[in-house]
Amino acid sequence: MTINQLMFAIFSAIIIVFSIMTVTSRRILRSATYLLFVLVATAGLYFLLRFNFLAAIQLTLYAGGIVVLIIFSILLTSHIAEKLESPGLMKRIPAKLVAAGGALIAIVTILQHEFPMEVAGDASRTDIREIARSLISTEKFGYALPFEVISVLLLAAMVGAIILAKKRKD
Amino acid sequence: MFEGVPLHWFLITGTIMFFVGVYGFLVRKNLITILMSTELILNSVNINFVAFNKILYPDHLEGMFFSIFIIAVAAAEASVAIAIIINIYRRLVNIDVENMDEMKY
Repeated sequence: MTINQLMFAIFSAIIIVFSIMTVTSRRILRSATYLLFVLVATAGLYFLLRFNFLAAIQLTLYAGGIVVLIIFSILLTSHIAEKLESPGLMKRIPAKLVAAGGALIAIVTILQHEFPMEVAGDASRTDIREIARSLISTEKFGYALPFEVISVLLLAAMVGAIILAKKRKD
Repeated sequence: MFEGVPLHWFLITGTIMFFVGVYGFLVRKNLITILMSTELILNSVNINFVAFNKILYPDHLEGMFFSIFIIAVAAAEASVAIAIIINIYRRLVNIDVENMDEMKY
């Protein structure tokens, strides 16, 4: 077993165990903490694949931003000591069947598919200059339009969130 | 194959994470836990995108850009969802999905 396989095994074990604990934990703040572990382990997978920039985005935006936002809203809307009631058996069994069945079908399909073993190209590193150039380029493999659209989307989300969350006068 | 790690392993990790998210989405009642399940689902899709990008098309960067845009959309979605959740909490004093059967009043 190489060091890469070992690191992959560790990260994916963290991801699987803690994502199951995220959806089953009955204390909501712990659930958010387990989500943080999952997101950090995902950043580890990106580092393993040498997407350093994406891993940094994952850490700052997901682990630093979204999880903090979720924890804020948990603290605003529920008591720390409060335990969520566990879902009834009639709700859990169909959901487990759906999830297990879907996962089984997807995994069998993945294992049956033959991916090309050898591909051309240098996978060693991703240049940050190349990323920046693609983001503002309008040529082939350029992402200027989605970049602008996403900035408008973020502005709209910000305005919408402020309007929704502010106190009404009435 | 990426330095000893086959593509299948990444895809299976992503699949399990996705369906754990689906399970959480179906059984949870609290709106914030449902939001966390959605984040799990979006994150599992990102793993698949970057694994395909790096292992099958190492010269390209499409998978990485898709992941970046998905992360940006997830951030926008989370902020608006939390604004809505706080608004609902103000009106109904709890945030279980079962109490929400009206849109505005």
